[in-house]
Amino acid sequence: MNNRLLCAALLCLPAFTSSAETKVFEHKLTNGLKVLVKEDHRSPVAVSQVWYKVGSSYEPGGITGISHMLEHMMFKGTDKHSAGEFSRIIAENGGDENAFTGQDYTAYFQTMEASRLAVSFELEADRMRHLHLLPNELKKELQVVTEERRMRTDDNPQAKMAEQFNSIAYSNSPYKHPVIGWPADIANYTVDDLQAWYQRWYAPNNATLVVVGDVQTKAVFELAEKYFGALKPSDIKAIKPQTEIEQLGVRKMTVKVPAKLPSILMGYKVPVLKTAANAWEAYALEVLVGVLDGGSSARLSSELVRGKQIAVSASAGYGLTSRISNLFMLEATPAEGKKVSELESALKAQINKLQQNLISNEELQRIKAQVLASDIYQKDSNFYQAMQLGTLETVGLGWQKADEYVAKINQVTAEQVRDVARKYLLEDRLSIAYLEPQTINTRTEKKGAK
Amino acid sequence: MRIYLLGLFLLAFSQFACAAAKIENWQTPQGTRVYYVRTEGLPMVDIQVVFDACSARDGQQFGLAALTADLLDTGAGKWNADEIAQRFENVGAQFSVSSSIDMATVSLRTLTDKPLFDKALETMQVILTKPVFNEADFKREKNRTLAGLKQQEESPAELASIAFYNTLYGKHPYAHPESGVIKTVAALKSTDLRHFYQKYYVAANAIVVIVGDLSKQEAEQTAEKLVAGLPVGKKQEALPDVVMPLKSTQQHIEFPSTQTHVLVGLPGTYRKDPDYFDLYVGNHILGGSGLVSKLFKEVREKRGLAYSASSYFIPMLKPGPFMVSLQTRNDQTAQAMQVLNQTLTDFIAQGPTEAELVAAKKNITGGFAMRFDTNKELSSYVAMIGFYAMPLDYLDTFQQKIEQVTAASITDAFKRRVDPQLLQTITVGKSAEKSAK
Repeated sequence: MNNRLLCAALLCLPAFTSSAETKVFEHKLTNGLKVLVKEDHRSPVAVSQVWYKVGSSYEPGGITGISHMLEHMMFKGTDKHSAGEFSRIIAENGGDENAFTGQDYTAYFQTMEASRLAVSFELEADRMRHLHLLPNELKKELQVVTEERRMRTDDNPQAKMAEQFNSIAYSNSPYKHPVIGWPADIANYTVDDLQAWYQRWYAPNNATLVVVGDVQTKAVFELAEKYFGALKPSDIKAIKPQTEIEQLGVRKMTVKVPAKLPSILMGYKVPVLKTAANAWEAYALEVLVGVLDGGSSARLSSELVRGKQIAVSASAGYGLTSRISNLFMLEATPAEGKKVSELESALKAQINKLQQNLISNEELQRIKAQVLASDIYQKDSNFYQAMQLGTLETVGLGWQKADEYVAKINQVTAEQVRDVARKYLLEDRLSIAYLEPQTINTRTEKKGAK
Repeated sequence: MRIYLLGLFLLAFSQFACAAAKIENWQTPQGTRVYYVRTEGLPMVDIQVVFDACSARDGQQFGLAALTADLLDTGAGKWNADEIAQRFENVGAQFSVSSSIDMATVSLRTLTDKPLFDKALETMQVILTKPVFNEADFKREKNRTLAGLKQQEESPAELASIAFYNTLYGKHPYAHPESGVIKTVAALKSTDLRHFYQKYYVAANAIVVIVGDLSKQEAEQTAEKLVAGLPVGKKQEALPDVVMPLKSTQQHIEFPSTQTHVLVGLPGTYRKDPDYFDLYVGNHILGGSGLVSKLFKEVREKRGLAYSASSYFIPMLKPGPFMVSLQTRNDQTAQAMQVLNQTLTDFIAQGPTEAELVAAKKNITGGFAMRFDTNKELSSYVAMIGFYAMPLDYLDTFQQKIEQVTAASITDAFKRRVDPQLLQTITVGKSAEKSAK
């Protein structure tokens, strides 16, 4: 089935795309830690990632951003290691490391020469249950996170617009607040807040360990048992659904920030793979994004940036693998001399066309060809493969969805793409933000001529 | 674009080091150098054609090279932009053109299955050899570039970077931004692009990099096909030498941001610099090693003054910048700059400790294999080696060269090359808040 469809798309399907060579192995420790291993022997390296099922969408009001704050504090020492030791040991072993927090997850990673996996496991196991949260370290790190927020959001017009947009587009969904947190919440975290958050979510039965690289599966499972096996599980209570209420009409807002170019953000409420009544709807939305923004041949580039020349840039996005329902996004910047309102009409006309007419077979086949090729290109990166498995597992979809992806996209029909456009891309489900640039006055002073 | 590598580690490791260094090199009949590495396991290949045709070759028409590169895939042979995009994307290929100061890079990532590969390669070949620079496409892309330049002005980080290069390089071609400035881009004409293309997109001024699952014979045919339609032309003349600043200067750009961006530095090192490895390892300790560098510890870990604090050398054909940077709340700019300058001058005066040196070497050597464990990373290494005409055994000897670095050689190199009396400082932010402190 899979092969036949792909042959049509790509003229001739290479035989090697069988998934046998890239099998994922799963093992669950008795304390509930799930371990996923994917062997890739092209280079003598491995990436190791620990994913926790907690992120900004788990946070109640008043402590927004605390998952991200805790991520920073995870480098500040444990019973065994003082602040900064973690990074020093990884560095001395030639490793790269860091961490990231999203709406649905907090993840930590090390990339190292494969024989040093034990170094990473020992340190990660240690900080999973034995973190020291010290007031003086928190005080400094609060400043760091505040600087991070200034850099990423406060001084970036597009990021600021997106933050304001989310706070209006969602009524009660926890996707309403930013991953980094609201400034007043960041300023008021206490050690107790962090301690409570750590105790509540950091446990082997709320985590997934993913290893991809030049390793032997059995040895990795043994190593995981050795280092993580003794950690005690916690009683993890499921979070409340906080299902977004029905939107009852279009929402519009203006964001005035110092900027040079106007722009527009549009978001329609849509289901995701996890929440869709029928999984095909989510895959059809994924294809729909491809029709609009899957490369330079896709409609936004071809018709709005080139054809009509109404935009200097235009993009579409959809988070298929989010934990809860989110937004199908359109973002665009008008060309010189064009109004934002004209651009809005042009974007809506694109949606309308998707509702009225079937996409061409050529477009559909092109998207499928790109998906198949990308699936192979992505195997060039251990890190990406581990990201994919970790995300799917952490949002509760299961890593197996990674293997189904190409086949599911291949099953999407032109009718299904039209149907999801008709069902979800409706004015009453839409929110719009307009960025209205405010003048930036700059002045240069020089000291000491050359 | 920085390089690392090294490996004194164990069996698997040294085997890899050999494999990683197996770069094959030859010339096409037109005189284009080809660099090829076979990688197996995935049915894909990354192909790059790199020209000495980027912003350093702009002359007074800042932005000319970048716009020329942008136009390549908007029309070529008998195809328009849509047809070109469809030809690539129908076969799942990814095509892009990118510009840095020294290099214009035309890249293709494609599956190696023959019908797919052939179609992608043919499209790339026509783009390289028969771009049309049609007037309508030119106007549109120029307007898009102008919009991008305007947008840069809303970013304090971009403004700081532009001012930094300007200050360091004065009249040298490294001084202006790769995509130009509004005034010069607005004045460009499509004929300017055509002339630039004719002069610089020639076989003698190009290298071809092929990394992936192609046989040697297939790689030879691929390279040959790509450049056969290019005129031989001639290699470009050397760029002028960089003149070092005569004394320190400070420049502040008043900007309505919550943070002040700080850049401190001077013209640093170039690819074939005999001091390169000393400077590289030294900088790794000073500000190049992420979460464990001295700057990171002093600025962030000890004082919480910034989210990022780092330093790096950008080696180019001629000395690229040595740059130390941080961003901090406007009212604590003076304190953060004091810590930055103190850390830097202490390091120049005293060099690293033996323990710091050992830790840095362990990090660089232990992480050797990760520097090019993907086709993508390996291709950019090979392109660097090819473009800058580094020796083919560059990867093999890199390890020894790192090991040869001593605390004394780092101190000596920094003293000679990073004179605190010549440092250039740029700040961008709101100084009203600074003085209100």
